[in-house]
Amino acid sequence: MARIIVVTSGKGGVGKTTTSAAIAMGLAKKGHKTAVIDFDVGLRNLDLIMGCERRVVYDFVNVINGEATLRQALIKDKRCNQLFILPASQTRDKDALTQEGVGKILEELSKEFKYIVCDSPAGIERGANLAMYFADDAFVVTNPEVSSVRDSDRMLGILASKSRRAEQGEEAIKEYLLLSRYSPERVKLGEMLSVEDVQDILSLHLLGVIPESKSVLNASNSGIPVILDEESNAGQSYSDIVARYLGEDVPHRFIDEEKKGLFGKLFGRK
Amino acid sequence: MSTDTEAPIYTKSALEFKSSSFSSPVLVIHTTELKQITHQLKEKIAQAPEFFKNSPVLIDLQHCNDDEHPIDLGQLITTLHAEKLFPIGISSANEDQKLIAIKYHIPVHTIRGTHSDISTTKSVSTQNKPQEGTEKTKDGTINAIENMLISHPVRSGQRIYAKGDLTILSHVSAGAEVMAEGNIHVYGALRGRALAGVQGNPESRIFCSALQAELVSIAGHYKTSEDLDKLEQHQPTQISLQDQALIINNL
Repeated sequence: MARIIVVTSGKGGVGKTTTSAAIAMGLAKKGHKTAVIDFDVGLRNLDLIMGCERRVVYDFVNVINGEATLRQALIKDKRCNQLFILPASQTRDKDALTQEGVGKILEELSKEFKYIVCDSPAGIERGANLAMYFADDAFVVTNPEVSSVRDSDRMLGILASKSRRAEQGEEAIKEYLLLSRYSPERVKLGEMLSVEDVQDILSLHLLGVIPESKSVLNASNSGIPVILDEESNAGQSYSDIVARYLGEDVPHRFIDEEKKGLFGKLFGRK
Repeated sequence: MSTDTEAPIYTKSALEFKSSSFSSPVLVIHTTELKQITHQLKEKIAQAPEFFKNSPVLIDLQHCNDDEHPIDLGQLITTLHAEKLFPIGISSANEDQKLIAIKYHIPVHTIRGTHSDISTTKSVSTQNKPQEGTEKTKDGTINAIENMLISHPVRSGQRIYAKGDLTILSHVSAGAEVMAEGNIHVYGALRGRALAGVQGNPESRIFCSALQAELVSIAGHYKTSEDLDKLEQHQPTQISLQDQALIINNL
């Protein structure tokens, strides 16, 4: 059985798709067969971030409607043969998704894959609800600012009450906090919530802090998941997150402002 | 402190039903002899005319209905009216008496009637006893069954309603709403809305280990975070209602 991970946040623009791409690539690179699904029907982005936009033939909605098989729609990543992408449809809207259809696809994928990463759209409507409904684990991506934190809190409430696990009275979805676009300098200046502040509000297990980094935008623009940029802080932080998720004991980084000397040491070790 | 600055969502309606208790004299009738009753009633009233003037009374027929000939309730009510007493209810009435009472617009109380009918006739009926009795049964059953315990954080957008007391072992997020007919205990930070005594119980209270609430309310009297801002927010706090005003104390 596959483990189904939903990457969600409530608020838009916090880095869900970037995270989905990075996590999926990270898991695949560790040798686990992974599928990543774009649930943002009508606003397809994941294929761009993954750099496979020119290879999209069939999409998620085609499979739900029985117009294509899963095998036809899944795009195999060129950099890692353990990773497959199921793109969203750009010409439809979220009503094209049905709970039954999504359930069927996830069940079919579960037979073959070890991890299924669901890239949730923003909001708390149909697309987001279906993305999280079947999940086993939830990666809640949050920016260190109040509106993002509150939206994440709302999303956590939905995860706890409207998921399949909640409805069937099974063990609750495991929730993890991913704090993205974090800048220790701005926290120090009081312009940004600190890790402690966010933890205090959400009381959630922190899986990792992703520092604000130019490399994220560069990676997105060139269609390369940022985790493959081993030089960048953000890339390293995603590698840590994947390792932690898989049970490795990796100390947290990028939370405190780095002094020049320490900076050098960190890179020296790599 | 006053609650009339802005029209809140909670008190928009023109009226509301609240549950409250008050004490009232109970007139326990021991005989069916109306003449005797009238005579003794006049005597009693003569001792304290001001006390009895226009006073409400609850008629208890438990003891006189043991007689073979039931009392003429219509006559009794007329007698009471003549003495400027206002019957506000009747208990332990038989079926005929119930119909008569309703004809006179007097509510029939059945709770106590069934209880004591079954139990015994030897229970010494002091005037306060019936009230105590009913209250006890109410408390006992309601509290035991309807209290609620929440062990996870109450997230933004979630609403929780408890018919008795509500205990939350974690925090209440901003944008969440917790309501209870009884007390609310929050063993984390209270950042959302907490409404205690929503059915109008002014005795209910709110307890939390840090008060950063958007709104707190007891029995419809509320304060918003604007009013709460000046207070120490990170201390264990108790909120109670005194003379229609919310009192906020650090514990």
